[in-house]
Amino acid sequence: MATVLEPPALAPPPPAPESVVSPFRRPRTTEGFWGWITTIDHKRIGILYGVTAFFFFLVGGFEALLIRVQLAQPNGTLLSADAYNQVFTMHGTTMVFLVIMPLSVAFGNFMIPLMIGARDVAFPRLNAFSYWTFLFGGIFLYSSFVLGGAPNGGWFGYAPNTSVTGFLPGRGIDFWILGLLILGIASTVGAANLVVTTLNMRAPGMDLFRMPIFVWMSLISQMLTLFAMPVITVALFLMLFDRFFGSAFFDPSRGGDPVLWQHLFWLFGHPEVYILVLPAMGIVSEILPVFSRKPLFGYPVMVFSGIAIGFIGWGVWVHHMFAVGLGPVAVSAFSLTTMFIAVPTGVKIFNWLGTMMKGSLKFTTPMLWAVGFIAMFTIGGLSGVTHSLSPSDRQQTDTYYVVAHFHYVLFGGSIFALFGATYYWFPKIFGRMLDERLGKWHFWVTFIGFNLTFGPMHILGLEGMPRRIYTYDKSLGLAFWNMVATIGAFTIAIAVLIFLYNVYRTVREAVPAPQDPWDARTIEWTLPSPVPVYNFAEIPTVHSLDEFWHQKYTEDEEGRLVKLAEQPPPAVDLGPDHGIHLPSPSYWPLVASFGLPVIAYGIVYGRGSGASYVVSVIGALILLGGLYGWAFEPGTEPEVHEPDHAEAIPALVGAGASTAGELEAGDATAAGGSGEGSGSGEAPGDTASDEEGDQ
Amino acid sequence: MSTQAPSADPSIQDQQAEHGLHPTEATYIKVAAILAAITAVEVAVSYWHGLGDGIPPVLIILAAIKFSMVAAYFMHLKMDHLWLRRLFVTGITLAIAVYIAVFLMFGVFQNRIHA
Amino acid sequence: MTAIAPGTHVEAHATGSHPAHPPTNTGISNEKLAMWAFLGSECLLFGALISTYFLYRGRSLVGPTPKQIYDIPYTSVSSFVLLMSSLTMVLALAAIQRGDQRRLRIWLLATALLGMTFIGGQVYEFTSFVREGLTLKTNLFGSSFFVLTGFHGAHVTLGIVMLLSLANLSARGKIPQEKSEIVEIAGLYWHFVDIVWIVIFTVVYLIPSPGLHVH
Repeated sequence: MATVLEPPALAPPPPAPESVVSPFRRPRTTEGFWGWITTIDHKRIGILYGVTAFFFFLVGGFEALLIRVQLAQPNGTLLSADAYNQVFTMHGTTMVFLVIMPLSVAFGNFMIPLMIGARDVAFPRLNAFSYWTFLFGGIFLYSSFVLGGAPNGGWFGYAPNTSVTGFLPGRGIDFWILGLLILGIASTVGAANLVVTTLNMRAPGMDLFRMPIFVWMSLISQMLTLFAMPVITVALFLMLFDRFFGSAFFDPSRGGDPVLWQHLFWLFGHPEVYILVLPAMGIVSEILPVFSRKPLFGYPVMVFSGIAIGFIGWGVWVHHMFAVGLGPVAVSAFSLTTMFIAVPTGVKIFNWLGTMMKGSLKFTTPMLWAVGFIAMFTIGGLSGVTHSLSPSDRQQTDTYYVVAHFHYVLFGGSIFALFGATYYWFPKIFGRMLDERLGKWHFWVTFIGFNLTFGPMHILGLEGMPRRIYTYDKSLGLAFWNMVATIGAFTIAIAVLIFLYNVYRTVREAVPAPQDPWDARTIEWTLPSPVPVYNFAEIPTVHSLDEFWHQKYTEDEEGRLVKLAEQPPPAVDLGPDHGIHLPSPSYWPLVASFGLPVIAYGIVYGRGSGASYVVSVIGALILLGGLYGWAFEPGTEPEVHEPDHAEAIPALVGAGASTAGELEAGDATAAGGSGEGSGSGEAPGDTASDEEGDQ
Repeated sequence: MSTQAPSADPSIQDQQAEHGLHPTEATYIKVAAILAAITAVEVAVSYWHGLGDGIPPVLIILAAIKFSMVAAYFMHLKMDHLWLRRLFVTGITLAIAVYIAVFLMFGVFQNRIHA
Repeated sequence: MTAIAPGTHVEAHATGSHPAHPPTNTGISNEKLAMWAFLGSECLLFGALISTYFLYRGRSLVGPTPKQIYDIPYTSVSSFVLLMSSLTMVLALAAIQRGDQRRLRIWLLATALLGMTFIGGQVYEFTSFVREGLTLKTNLFGSSFFVLTGFHGAHVTLGIVMLLSLANLSARGKIPQEKSEIVEIAGLYWHFVDIVWIVIFTVVYLIPSPGLHVH
C-alpha cells in the first residue's frame, strides 16, 4: 500500500542569509513574482523557457502572416521591400533561435532531470542564467524594430551584403550580430549544463542505454550545440570587426572572401538543423511507444542513428552552397555525404513504423502530432534527398522549393513534435490535462492549414519563384498558389487560436490530472502531477529501460501484455515540510545576465559615437559583479539540520534552504504570474488565496 | 592525492584505484624541460630553409607532440577518466576534420605563385 | 531502495564548508566535466580563428607580410614564458594537493606573473607592428593576425584574473586541501590557453608564410 511519510515538525526557520558581496539578502521565497525571478528550479525555468518561446512563436507567426498577406497577390502593397526584408529576416531568426531551440530546451530542462531520476540539473543557477540571457537576447533583438529598423539581411546574413555597412544602412545588422552573440552564450552555457547533467546525474541503475530516448536525443543535440555555437560566434565576430573596425575578412578588394562567411555560417548552420530536429525526434520516440503500448522498435539502433546523424551532420554543410561555384569535386563530395545522412534518418522512420506495427494504437492528441511528424518529416526528408543531388539542387536552390523543404521538416517536423510534447507532458507539468477534443481540432486544422501553406511551395519553386522577394509580377503565373498558401497560413493561425483557447479553458478549470493519465513507460510518470519541487521523494533505482512500464506490466509466454498483480504505489507527495534540501534561489544569475544586453547596446551605438562604449564598460561591470556575487554565495544555504530528517529522507549534500512553508509541494501558482498564458497549475488541494499574503 | 569524485559504479572505482596518484613534481619539471627543448628545435627548424616544403609538416608534428604532452601530463588527461578524453578529443578531431575540408575548398594546399 | 541522487550538490566555490563530492555517474565531478565540455567547445572557437588565419595566408594584396614583420626570437621567448607558466600552474596544484597554502599562493602568483609578462610581450609586439604599418585594417594578414592573437590574449587575461582571485581566496583561507579541485579546474583552463598558443606559435609564426598574393 502507499507509504505515507510524516515529516517531523521543524524548528522555526533561521534568518535569511547575508550575502558576502551585496547589501541585499539572498532570496528565500519561492512564492510570487519574486519567486519566479530568482528561481533556479529546473521545472520553473523550463516553464519560463516554454512560455517565452511560445510568445515568440506568436510573434514569428505574425511575421509569417505579414509575409503571406504581402505575397498573396502580385504586386502586393502591404510591405515595402525594406520592410519585407526586415520581416522575413526576423521571421527566420525568431523561429530558429527564439522558438524551436528554446522550446526544445524547455522540455529538456523540465523533463531530463525527471527522466534520469535527478533532483535538478548540474548547475541550477547557470540554468537560470541561460534563461535570462535568452530572454534578454530576444528583447534586444526585437528592440531593433523601434531603434532604427530590424535586421534585414536574412537569417543567414550573407556577406558582403551584411559586412559592408553601406549596403544595408542603419543598425539592423549590428543588432543581429550582437543579439545572436548573446543568444549564443545562453545556448552554449545551457548545453554544458545539460551535457554534464545527463552524463553525471543519472539515478542508480540508469545506464546510458536505459535512458529514455528523449534524453539521448537531447544529449546529442546539446553536444552539437556545444560544438557548433563557437563557429557562428567566430563568424559573427569577424563580421563585427569588418563593420566596426574595417577589417578585411569579407572584403574582396583586400583579398577577403565572402564565401568564408558562408562556410563558417553553414558549418554552424547545418548541425543547427539537427539541433532543431533531434529533440523533436526524441519526443516522437517517447510518444509513439506509449500510444502503441509497445516498446520503441530497435532502441539501440535509434540511439546509434541519432549519434550518426550528429556526426555526419558536420560533413554536409556545403550542400547549402552548391550554387556558389566551389567546383565539381567539392560539390560531388558533399552530395554524397548528404545522401549518406538520409540513411540513419530513414532508419528512424522505419523504426517508428515498426513501433506502431501490431501495436494497440490509441490516437490521442499527442499521438496525432507524433504520427503527423512522421508523415510530414518524411515529405520534407524526401525533398531534402532531391536537394542532395546537386544537378537538381541547381534548379531548386534559392527557390520556394527549398522554403517548402525546410518548413516541412521544421514545422511539420519539429513544431508538430513540440505540440505533441505539450499535450503529452502538460499534465505532468501543470497538473491539468488539455482538452482532447479541442486538441484534435487543433491538430487537424493545423495539418490542413500547414499542407495548404507549404505544399504548393514545391510547385511555386519548380515554377521558378525565387526566395526572398517581396513581390512578383502578375505575368509570372505565380498568383494562384501564392493565394492558396496564404489561405493555408491563416488556417494555421486559426488552429493556434484553438490551442490558445484550449490552454485558457484548462487554466480556468481546476480538474486535476491523474499521476499517469496515459499509462506511460518512463519514470517521470511515477511522480505526482504536477511534480513536487523536490521531484522524487526517494531517488529511484532503475532496473531497465522503460522502468515504469516494467513496474506495471510483464509478458506471458506468448508475449502478451499482462498487468502485474502488485502495481507500483501511487506517487508520494511529501507536502510542504518535505525537508529535502534543495539549491537556494538566487538573483545573481539575473544580474549577471542583465549585463549582456547593456554591453551590446553600448557596442551597437558605439559605431556612431565612441562615447557609447562607456555603456559597454558599465555592462561589463554589471556582468562581472553578477558573476562575483554568484561565485561567492554557496549553491545551497546552510541551515539548521534536523537529525530526524536524515534518517527518514536521504539527505543530499550540504544543507538546504527549503524553509518550511515557503516551498509548496505543488509549486503553487505564482501570485503575480509572469509572461503570457501563465500555465502553472495548482496542486490538488491548494487554494490560490493561501499565497497572497506571503512575502 | 586524487581529486576525482568517488564513483558509485564499482567498475569505475577500480579504474580510479589503478590510476592512483598524480605525477610527482619531478615529472612535471621533466615534462617542462622537454617542452622547452622541443620549442627550441621548432624555432631552429623554422630557420632551416633547406627543408623546404618539409618545414610545415615537421613543425606541425612537433607542435602536436607539445600539445599532447601538456594535455596528458599537465591537464592530467592521461590518468583521468575516459569521458574527459572523449569530450576533448571529439572537439579537436571535429575541428581538424572540418577545417581541413574548408582548406581544401579554398585551395590552400595548392601551390601558388608568390611575390 | 533509497540512494543519494548522483551529482546533485552544491556548486563548487570556496565559501562555507562542504562535504566531499557525492558520487557522479562518470566519477568526475560536475565542475570538472563542465570545464572539459567548455574546453571542447573552445577547440572549435580557436579552430575557426586559426583556420581563418591559415586560409588567408598569402592572400594579402598589400604588405607588410609576416616575413617582413615577425620577430621570431622575440616571440620564441614569449612562448617559452607561457610554456613555463603551465609548469608553475601544475606546481601550484601539486602544492594545494599536499595542503601547502603558501606554496600554492607562490606558484599561483608566479603563473599570473608569467602570464602578465606574456601579455606585456604581446602588447609590445602589437604596438611595434602598428608602428611598422600593420593594423587590423591594413590587409588580411593584419585582420586575421590581430583578431586571432587578440582573442587568445583576452583568454589569457581572463585566466590571470582567475589566478589572482584564487590566490586571494587562498590568502583568506578559503581553499582547504579538500577543495583543491577548484585549482585543478582553473589549471585546466590555463593549460588549454597555453596549448592554443602552442598551435598559434607554430601555425602563425613558425610555418614560413608566402608573400603577397599575385594574380
